[in-house]
Amino acid sequence: MIEVRGVTKRYKEKVAVKDLSFEVKQGVVTGFLGPNGSGKSTTMRMIVGLDAPDEGTATINGKSYADLGVPLREVGALLEAKAIHPGRSAFNHLWYLAQSNDIPRSRVDTVLDMVGLSDVARKRAGKFSLGMGQRLGIAAALLGDPGVLLFDEPINGLDPEGILWVRNLLKGLASEGRTVFVSSHLMSEMALTADYLVVIGRGELISSGSVSDFINESSGQFVRVRSPQAEQLATLLTGFDAVVVREDDGALAVSRLSAEAIGTYAGDAGIRLFELSPQRASLEDAFMELTRDSVEFHGHGTQSAPTNDTELLAQSVTSGK
Amino acid sequence: MSLTLTPALQTPRPHLRTTSLLRSEWTKMRSVRSTMWTLVAMAIVVIGISVIGCLAITNSWATMSLGNRLSFNPTGFALKGIVFSQLVIGVLGVLVMSAEYGTGTIRATLTAIPNRPRVLAMKAVVFAAVSLVVGEVLSFGAFFVGQALLRSPAPHATLSQPGVLRAVVGGGLVIMVLGLFALGLATIIRHSAGAITSYVGTILVAPIIIQALPSSIGHPLMRFMPFQITNVMTSTNPSNDIGSAFSPWVGFSLLCLYAAIALVVAGVMMVRRDA
Ligand SMILES: Nc1ncnc2c1ncn2[C@@H]1O[C@H](COP(=O)(O)OP(=O)(O)O)[C@@H](O)[C@H]1O
Ligand SMILES: [Mg+2]
Repeated sequence: MIEVRGVTKRYKEKVAVKDLSFEVKQGVVTGFLGPNGSGKSTTMRMIVGLDAPDEGTATINGKSYADLGVPLREVGALLEAKAIHPGRSAFNHLWYLAQSNDIPRSRVDTVLDMVGLSDVARKRAGKFSLGMGQRLGIAAALLGDPGVLLFDEPINGLDPEGILWVRNLLKGLASEGRTVFVSSHLMSEMALTADYLVVIGRGELISSGSVSDFINESSGQFVRVRSPQAEQLATLLTGFDAVVVREDDGALAVSRLSAEAIGTYAGDAGIRLFELSPQRASLEDAFMELTRDSVEFHGHGTQSAPTNDTELLAQSVTSGK
Repeated sequence: MSLTLTPALQTPRPHLRTTSLLRSEWTKMRSVRSTMWTLVAMAIVVIGISVIGCLAITNSWATMSLGNRLSFNPTGFALKGIVFSQLVIGVLGVLVMSAEYGTGTIRATLTAIPNRPRVLAMKAVVFAAVSLVVGEVLSFGAFFVGQALLRSPAPHATLSQPGVLRAVVGGGLVIMVLGLFALGLATIIRHSAGAITSYVGTILVAPIIIQALPSSIGHPLMRFMPFQITNVMTSTNPSNDIGSAFSPWVGFSLLCLYAAIALVVAGVMMVRRDA
């Protein structure tokens, strides 16, 4: 179990994380969702004691990271891809970590096998692709067979097969009763992987709860209706307290009424229907909706394309937004 | 205790063990090529300078001036390479730490070992052991190879002559301590280029600046310079060869103090700063 209590982190003027509190329970996958630059990586670094919070505490199984006796046996973390010396082999990278925490050599071979790097274990890590580096980071997280695992954007750089593998790995780890905390800026990925969500924007908690609650709360459901008598139908349904929006292709998006109700009212009024399909706003839409106010940069068409998040943020800061 | 072997993963010890941490640091150090290459470079410099220098003396002795013959010191001459190897050991001392910061490996290291001063201490111990062994082997190597190449009528030295053993042992010692000083600088500065620059500044540039000062100011300062301390330590007769100087062991203690200060400041900064 991970507990974050009232954590605030400032880098010079910039507040990266603001009075953030949440819990990560064992036995489920908890997704840590937020747009780029919202403070996910910073929070994870604070949980594993690399960055010190300015206020608040982060604990693992009730202890601060520094107080864990043999840390790798309790916590495994994938923080950034390729936090690895390019001249050192994958095996030696894992081996020095294993030695420090009295983890036997056989376990190094086991985790190399689990992530599919056995064949390249003796190659210098500098020659690895982004995906291989990510797999090595995952191997390092699994090294001590820990009960608590943190993964910061683990699917970055992975191919579809690798993404599926990570998804199953995370679920499997959680089903073994471990605490699994995984960050992503992609709602769609979290919907497939996570059971619970902690959503942040600009370093502040936006929402937390089960994935299904999140989807139901934040995504409006509606029914798409096509009819040759669209005007007539719209007037009719509005009379039943529905909200009707005309879509670009002439169809109607009707909310606050079920498909059954719409069909019945239309039938009673003798209005023909060509399409009657319940819709759910996409998860991505739901996420956008939820974090709209907290995304730091919305893109100004006239500016040259920024190359990374830091630059995006820098622009939004300097433009006095 | 039963003698049954149980998988270590199921029986964690409550704490990290010092021997395990030392082994881990050793694995880290030996598993990158730069360590090996810098040590090879150091061997070439120390032994090579002794070989070339002593051969040249043997060949040109007959034509050397009387003054040069009288001031010729076979021990100091064979150990000239130590003076140059200060730069190489500095680079190694810097790289062992700055490579961790430069590549991000430090984050993996610190999640495995959250006690930062302990990480620094373990690294310093392993590095000290490696550089002391290498330093002594090279210093003795340079001495013996050099003496073997000095043919009469050029004089050669033996370890039993006054000051010779101290100079040869001292060559290895200063290499270790200078390396530790560089390790401390690298932990404070965190970038290879910056750390190497400040190390070279301390070792080579500072004495040049001091030499350029009026001698009333410069002369008393000179003996505090690591460069001067190394010269004294590797010389059999420092009071003759070198001007302003502390005695060899006083100078060496001062050098140890510099390294200790750098390492203590480094430890404090490691704790204070985010990784
Ligand atoms: N070491 C640092 N120094 C200065 N600013 C930082 C540092 N780390 C993160 N930040 C800033 O803190 C904010 C949160 O960053 P981060 O935690 O990386 O977000 P995320 O992982 O959600 O993309 C960003 O504005 C980022 O620029
Ligand atoms: Mg991030």
